[in-house]
Amino acid sequence: MNEVLRAEGLKKTFRLSSKQQKIERTKKRKKIAVNGVSFTAYEGEIFGLLGPNGAGKTTTLRMISTLIRPDKGDIIVAGSSAVKEPWEVRAKIGFLTSELKLEDFFTPNYMYDFFSALHGVDEKVRDSRKKRLFEKFGIDKFAEVKIANLSTGMKQKLSLVVSIVHDPSIIIFDEPTNGLDVITARAVTDFLLELKAEGKTIIVSTHIFSLVEKICDRVGIIIGGEMIRCGRTVDIMGDLSLEDRFFEIYRETVGDAE
Amino acid sequence: MKGNILTIMRKELARFFKDPRLVITTLILPGLMIYAVYSFMGDGLSTQFSTPDEYVYRVDAVNPSNHIKEYLKLVDFVDMGEVSSYDEGIERLNSNESDLLVVFPQDFDKAISIYSSGKAPNVEMFFNSAQIASAEAYTNMTNILNAFESSISNRFDINNSGREYDLATEKDTTSQVFSMMLPMLLMVFLFSGCMSVAPESIAGEKERGTIATLLVTPVKRSEIAIGKILSISFISLLSGISSFLGTMSSLPKLMGMSAEGMDASAYGVSDYALLLAVILSTILVIVSIISIISAFAKTVKEANTTVLPLMIIVMLIGITSMFGQGAPSEAIWYLAPLYNSVQCMTAIFAFSYSTVNIITTLCVNVSISIVLLIVLAKMFSSEKIMFSK
Repeated sequence: MNEVLRAEGLKKTFRLSSKQQKIERTKKRKKIAVNGVSFTAYEGEIFGLLGPNGAGKTTTLRMISTLIRPDKGDIIVAGSSAVKEPWEVRAKIGFLTSELKLEDFFTPNYMYDFFSALHGVDEKVRDSRKKRLFEKFGIDKFAEVKIANLSTGMKQKLSLVVSIVHDPSIIIFDEPTNGLDVITARAVTDFLLELKAEGKTIIVSTHIFSLVEKICDRVGIIIGGEMIRCGRTVDIMGDLSLEDRFFEIYRETVGDAE
Repeated sequence: MKGNILTIMRKELARFFKDPRLVITTLILPGLMIYAVYSFMGDGLSTQFSTPDEYVYRVDAVNPSNHIKEYLKLVDFVDMGEVSSYDEGIERLNSNESDLLVVFPQDFDKAISIYSSGKAPNVEMFFNSAQIASAEAYTNMTNILNAFESSISNRFDINNSGREYDLATEKDTTSQVFSMMLPMLLMVFLFSGCMSVAPESIAGEKERGTIATLLVTPVKRSEIAIGKILSISFISLLSGISSFLGTMSSLPKLMGMSAEGMDASAYGVSDYALLLAVILSTILVIVSIISIISAFAKTVKEANTTVLPLMIIVMLIGITSMFGQGAPSEAIWYLAPLYNSVQCMTAIFAFSYSTVNIITTLCVNVSISIVLLIVLAKMFSSEKIMFSK
């Protein structure tokens, strides 16, 4: 198996505001969001980051996508360092998270072309790719409707399409099915499997067990900013369901107290 | 590199020009409003403080002098009638039935014909300075009586040959008024032009989370910064030009001058070219500053609030064109950004610019803009600034 992405000892701390200190009942100025997370993703697989809210999944993905820099550690994406050559990494990956919005004023058509241009996609390639993706997600009928007037689901589908205008070989999706209705969620998971079949490497973060069971070849369980388990999904599950296994691990790690 | 900057500029300009509301409020309204307001103010000022041209002053006289009556036939704007007593005259004046009451001494005509020295006969005029017509009637009547007085005992005249005595040319009048008013107005227009676009384009994109989408593309931060600053500058320039045209066409009205007295065509092509160069470099400085403030701000509102004190500073700097003996000539003054722009504009409008100072200004402004641009690009790569909530 070809190694495509390797995270090495990622660490990220955030400064807490005084209000946040009160809420968390701590006098510590800093909160460690991610503490020494390492994992590897291989070509043509779907790797899942599973964990509860606030476990550090999104922070990890944001470090991979170079939006934030790790305090320690590095991510090597297809040979490029996210810390040293972030622009190289950005050209190789497609990143989707609900925090990345598209300008309401423009139409899906315009936004797709805009991001294609920024990724340096040839116009002919762009047009055929756009046609295929827009048809696939039913955006074609709304191609000239202002994004402000699209439904939430349609916006999310458009964000997904825009994140892969450059046909990246590594795709990173943060909570890809969050907030989607069952039909759209199904379309997205099917699409992820299709991308995988094309030989692309996909990293998703989620807290939905069934999604991991269904699509992830390997999974890393993150709790409290640390990678507790990492391996093939079937190996981690053993004879239990993923949900049962997760809670077993959770109890071992955090204890029953919480 | 160049392609990405162009792509970003094209998007920024499309965002602006495809939105009719933005185009109207930023490009068309400022010039139109300034023209309307200044013209209205100019008209208002001239009608407020003067009577219509064809107005005839109603003057009452006690013991009216026949000499004066004869003399008044020469003018068509005074209608003098007789009242029997001072009291009646005052009453008519108070009830606004007349504009002026003139009380001649008894036998005034005789007294002036025999007068040689000693206490001269005293004419008293009563008026109400709060009434424009009354105040004007007083001034006019004073002039008439003075003229009459000199006509009966003329020793010498002043400027009485119909020659042109005021040597101020059209150019002088224009340069005096324009160099005083326009630099300040221009600075304010340029600043408010920038203010209406820059916070929206940077803080707005940050607030709505759309800039993060841009930041995960392989585009360099410096390209985003350059693309944004250039497109904002272009829009600000158009907005500034709109305000400038509005001002130029209505300033003569505001200053209460006839169109011949003050004329923007007194300036040549080279003057306007220099002015444009100074304005462009100034816009770059202002846009860079506002962009940096906007990048720090979390919301458009916050950006606008933070920029406001700066606007006051810019206005204060703009006012410096109204004081002192015009623009300083020493080059050292032109190292201070914004101040140098105001002084350059003052000098250009006053036809007294020095090329060295203008070049200094342009160099200083462009260098400062480049430094600020680098700062902005650095800010775009700072997660603390771009993702602080």
